[in-house]
Amino acid sequence: MIEMHDAAYGYGSDLVLSDLTLRLAPGSFHFLTGPSGSGKTTFLKLCYAELLPVRGQVTIFGNSADALNRDAVARARQRIGVVHQDCQFLDHLPLDENIALPLTVSRRASATRTQDLADLLTWVGLMPRAHAMPPELSGGERQRAALARAIITDPDLILADEPTGNVDWEMSIRLLRLLVELNRMGKTILIATHDLGLIRAAKQQVGARVLRLNRGRIEAAAAEL
Amino acid sequence: MSVFGDIFALMRGDPQADRVVPRSGQSVRLTVAVAGAMAFLAVFALALSVSAGRLADRWSDALALTSTIRLSAPPAEAPAQLATVMTILDQTPGIARTRVIGAEEQAALLEPWFGPDLPLGDLPVPQLIEIVETPEGYDDDGLRLRLAAEVPAAVLDDHTRWRRPLVAAAERLRLLGGLALALILGSTAAMVTLAAQASLASNQPVIRVLRLVGARDSYIARAFVRRFTLRAFTGALAGTGLGLGALLAIPDTGTAGAVLSDLGFRGQEWAMPLGVPLLAAVTAFWATRIAAFRTLRSLP
Ligand SMILES: Nc1ncnc2c1ncn2[C@@H]1O[C@H](COP(=O)(O)OP(=O)(O)OP(=O)(O)O)[C@@H](O)[C@H]1O
Ligand SMILES: [Mg+2]
Repeated sequence: MIEMHDAAYGYGSDLVLSDLTLRLAPGSFHFLTGPSGSGKTTFLKLCYAELLPVRGQVTIFGNSADALNRDAVARARQRIGVVHQDCQFLDHLPLDENIALPLTVSRRASATRTQDLADLLTWVGLMPRAHAMPPELSGGERQRAALARAIITDPDLILADEPTGNVDWEMSIRLLRLLVELNRMGKTILIATHDLGLIRAAKQQVGARVLRLNRGRIEAAAAEL
Repeated sequence: MSVFGDIFALMRGDPQADRVVPRSGQSVRLTVAVAGAMAFLAVFALALSVSAGRLADRWSDALALTSTIRLSAPPAEAPAQLATVMTILDQTPGIARTRVIGAEEQAALLEPWFGPDLPLGDLPVPQLIEIVETPEGYDDDGLRLRLAAEVPAAVLDDHTRWRRPLVAAAERLRLLGGLALALILGSTAAMVTLAAQASLASNQPVIRVLRLVGARDSYIARAFVRRFTLRAFTGALAGTGLGLGALLAIPDTGTAGAVLSDLGFRGQEWAMPLGVPLLAAVTAFWATRIAAFRTLRSLP
């Protein structure tokens, strides 16, 4: 799915991330953890070609990220579900249309998808808020909506940036179950989180690997947890 | 990215895609208003150009008429002088044909005034020579001088030649009308480009979200192109209607002010202003498309 070879990224002259060499195999389940400001969001942005490495190479679905043109980036993103940390929506469209947006822009909207949308809204507990406008939503509601939007297209790869940062424990476990279920269906999953409890809970259900970011480098931290 | 895809998408319409970009925005209203005003002006520029063209055509048709030389020589000298005139005409560049008008024909010309029984031979009726000039024309002053020197009894009568500068003026007016039309079109393109750029700039957060969920540039561009093209078309349609109404409302001056009340369209020419809204739509389509792709490429 995603491979990195000696990749590095920095916003200015200082590198935020360096020496990244790793492979997210199809069907794998990874957590990405590390202190605030350690570069988790930056790492995810490298994975969906929002940022390009300043050094080394990032390969997305077998293609070097540097070599992708804008249309190829768009096509790659149609196969990647991203839960953004800041959960941006189109404020002029109601929640259900926002969640269906990835289908709309790739012209995949259809009757079965409409059923998927209803099921998904029910699962993340947003059915009663389906017609609410994004600015009216709470932080937790936005996060659940962002997760729903990320998975509605049935993507091969799901990248989630703090998907449970604003929701209670019960809802966190519910969202985690959804992701675990998707992983069992063969989806590749990468979750960036601080929440060690969530990681522990996940490890009881799937064989998840944990990547720890420390001073801009990745350490495998499987043994710690 | 395909242009045809965009054109078909435009005609088919895509209510879903139209919704992804917020509807509000004064740049869109501005487009309607300016397209309307420009179309109104374009109708007048077009009318000016077409009317001037019509005038030029009519006057240059009149120019194709011949001029004549009147030779009032005493009968005894007439044949010799006629021969001299014909030689001079032969040597004058710019003359296509000449024809000596025969006695019967001349009688027929005079009949309306003097009746059929006119004894032409007894009267000092001048001999008439018809001159058909080439498109370049001949030097009338030169010819007049030469005739005065060699055959003083011959008078060049070129009653139609005064129209020549009028034709040139009408042609120039037709050209200016066309130039005004081109300027209006250019201004429309510039205005739509600015309005589209403003709209793209104010919708950057929307574009960002669309890119993040996998929208291609062409999809995003289409949403803007569709909007601006349709608004420009609507505005131009209204402006054209008002312009045509205003043309029809010019009071009829009768023959006295024919040039004034001639401003407008005749017969099939009425189909021409209908092209104005179409031209506005095509202009808006390209202006927005180019602006959109340029802006999108500069965004992450
Ligand atoms: N657009 C930017 N311009 C400059 N510096 C940035 C930018 N985005 C992030 N940074 C810096 O890069 C570093 C890594 O940021 P990043 O957002 O990846 O951290 P994070 O691990 O996701 O943090 P958090 O857990 O708080 O979300 C931080 O020091 C941050 O200040
Ligand atoms: Mg972050």
